[in-house]
Amino acid sequence: MYNIFKIAARNLLRYKRRTLLTSILITLGVVAVLLFVSVSGSFKSLMVGQITDSMLGHLQVHRKGYIASIDSLPLNRNLQGKQVAKVKEVLDASPEVEAYSMRIKLGAMFSNYNETTNIRINAVNPKQEQQASPMLTGRILQGEKEGLLDKGEILVPELIAKGMKVKVGDTIVLVATNKDGLVNGQPFVVRGILESISGPGGRDGYIHLSDAKTLLRIDKPEVSEIAIRLKEMDTLPDVLANLKEALGGILNKQGKPVFEVHSWEKLSPFSKIAAMIDLMTLFIKIMLVAIVLVSIMNVMIMSVYERIHEIGTIAAIGTSPSKILALFLTEGLLLGILGTLIGLVISLLAIAGMNVSSISFDFGRQKDLLLAPVISTTDVLLVVGIVIAVAVIGSLQPAWKASRMNPITALRHV
Amino acid sequence: MTIVAARQLTKEYVAGDITVPAIRGVDFSIEAGSFVSFVGPSGSGKSTLLNMIGCLDPPTSGSLEVVGKDVAGLRSSESARFRGEHIGFIFQDFNLIPVLTVFENIEYPLIMVQNWPVRKRRQQVERLLEAVGMQDQANKYPGQISGGQKQRVAVARALVTNAKLVLADEPTANLDRDTANRIISLMKTMRDEFDTTFIFSTHDPKVVKNAEIVFALEDGLLQTESNGQGGSHV
Ligand SMILES: Nc1ncnc2c1ncn2[C@@H]1O[C@H](COP(=O)(O)OP(=O)(O)OP(=O)(O)O)[C@@H](O)[C@H]1O
Ligand SMILES: [Mg+2]
Repeated sequence: MYNIFKIAARNLLRYKRRTLLTSILITLGVVAVLLFVSVSGSFKSLMVGQITDSMLGHLQVHRKGYIASIDSLPLNRNLQGKQVAKVKEVLDASPEVEAYSMRIKLGAMFSNYNETTNIRINAVNPKQEQQASPMLTGRILQGEKEGLLDKGEILVPELIAKGMKVKVGDTIVLVATNKDGLVNGQPFVVRGILESISGPGGRDGYIHLSDAKTLLRIDKPEVSEIAIRLKEMDTLPDVLANLKEALGGILNKQGKPVFEVHSWEKLSPFSKIAAMIDLMTLFIKIMLVAIVLVSIMNVMIMSVYERIHEIGTIAAIGTSPSKILALFLTEGLLLGILGTLIGLVISLLAIAGMNVSSISFDFGRQKDLLLAPVISTTDVLLVVGIVIAVAVIGSLQPAWKASRMNPITALRHV
Repeated sequence: MTIVAARQLTKEYVAGDITVPAIRGVDFSIEAGSFVSFVGPSGSGKSTLLNMIGCLDPPTSGSLEVVGKDVAGLRSSESARFRGEHIGFIFQDFNLIPVLTVFENIEYPLIMVQNWPVRKRRQQVERLLEAVGMQDQANKYPGQISGGQKQRVAVARALVTNAKLVLADEPTANLDRDTANRIISLMKTMRDEFDTTFIFSTHDPKVVKNAEIVFALEDGLLQTESNGQGGSHV
């Protein structure tokens, strides 16, 4: 075995330039894939993290049909007392759930006493909301962050604050219509200005849950949306399935389901972008496979062709076809390993370099998102495994041809 | 003991519609330990005959026994094993493996063809290096030694497995007269030392005279069997 490696390695060294060029090609492919995987992966997880951690949560529970008409924030599709209690019971019993926030969502008129505009409001319990959306506090651009918000206060989204020229400490009025058609107004002090983010709810305002109850004249507990944060994102599919099972079976008097459960992917258009990124990653991996396959095959076909006479010699003196096959496969394997190792080192250095130089980028309205590319061991092993396997596969046909050569024909070849 | 026996051996090459009869029914037998040469003009069938004896090419008809085995109907995988076990080869253009040193070239059959343990392998290679007088060139590569030296290494490689039969098709065709003579006498010395049968082909009458038994081939037929001037080995 050692000797097969020795002979294969020496044959690679015999054609230094060719070996170098082929390994550079493989190296480039490996670097391209690893960098793309790490950069796009960190972009993806950054965006996903932002969406889930500052607004959506990982999962949401609503009254059946709420999401279909979410644009109008229908108050008549809120979950009622018993239903809320049921969800609470299920969530409290799930060990994977880190926190959840119960929100009333409403549309209101926002008035600064001079002008009026529309605003979408989330009424929340500040403690719950901070636990379920840990990045929300970080979005407060001006104003006191500690404690998020108190009764009588409002967090105003950046765009409305600018458009309506309101500052922290100003008083504004929210006017809302409840589900019975009664109109009511209530003054709020601007507690803070909220940075906009991409995704649904990224430009909503926040008030205290108890203010919503007085504004909308709700006496019984009632909730539009329950946003759930998990301890580990990996458990999402399981928890989703469990919740669907636990809540999906509950029917109303008409025999229709009461609840609907959605994962963040169903609620955010960014999941489409994430899926595109995954697709592009796949394409780039396919390109890598093609590059490695073609370059290795090409070089091994040349290798076999140039050494026909030599193959004839070793076959004549009794080297078995399987040894000849192994000899050429090993050559392809070593070439693959060489290219991969160099590519791996360059990629890891580049990723480390990007982290050190803190590269930032803009996405949509957001500025200065910090790019922190990471690559998982799984991804590294996968790419390394694919390249090495493809290198062997690419050598298979030429090696097979070499092993099947008739020694006399091969010896006569010049 | 007879080491090669041929009866009505024929070989025809078929190329499209044309059939070329390269060997047209020959009978001969060769005793173990002989130093034999096949001579004849170009195209007379020397290589064809040696290739059949070496189990590189199956006969078209007739019987052929080599080292006590009927090799006429061997399958290609069986013949590869048979060659590796019993036959050594020396080629016209030396055919050393360019990426291996002199030592490693001689060692090659003991690793890649037979499976010798390291210590025994070393000893055997040292022994052969010394026998062919190449011990001080052991670490050179084939590209760094002369044609005559390469053929010495090739002789050592053919003998290293203790093969009982060594076949050499025109082993001196690429060497000058002096070197050729030295290679032939080296082969003869090796025959004496290792008790191996040597069969070689040549069209050079000066080389032929070193052989002990000479088979003259012409047009695929055996003309004469004569004792060469090389003297008979008993
Ligand atoms: N593969 C082949 N296909 C067709 N004809 C062949 C083949 N090999 C040899 N021949 C023919 O068989 C005959 C004998 O060839 P062979 O090579 O055995 O002669 P030789 O005595 O070794 O000649 P030389 O001294 O030139 O090496 C020639 O007529 C040759 O053309
Ligand atoms: Mg010939």
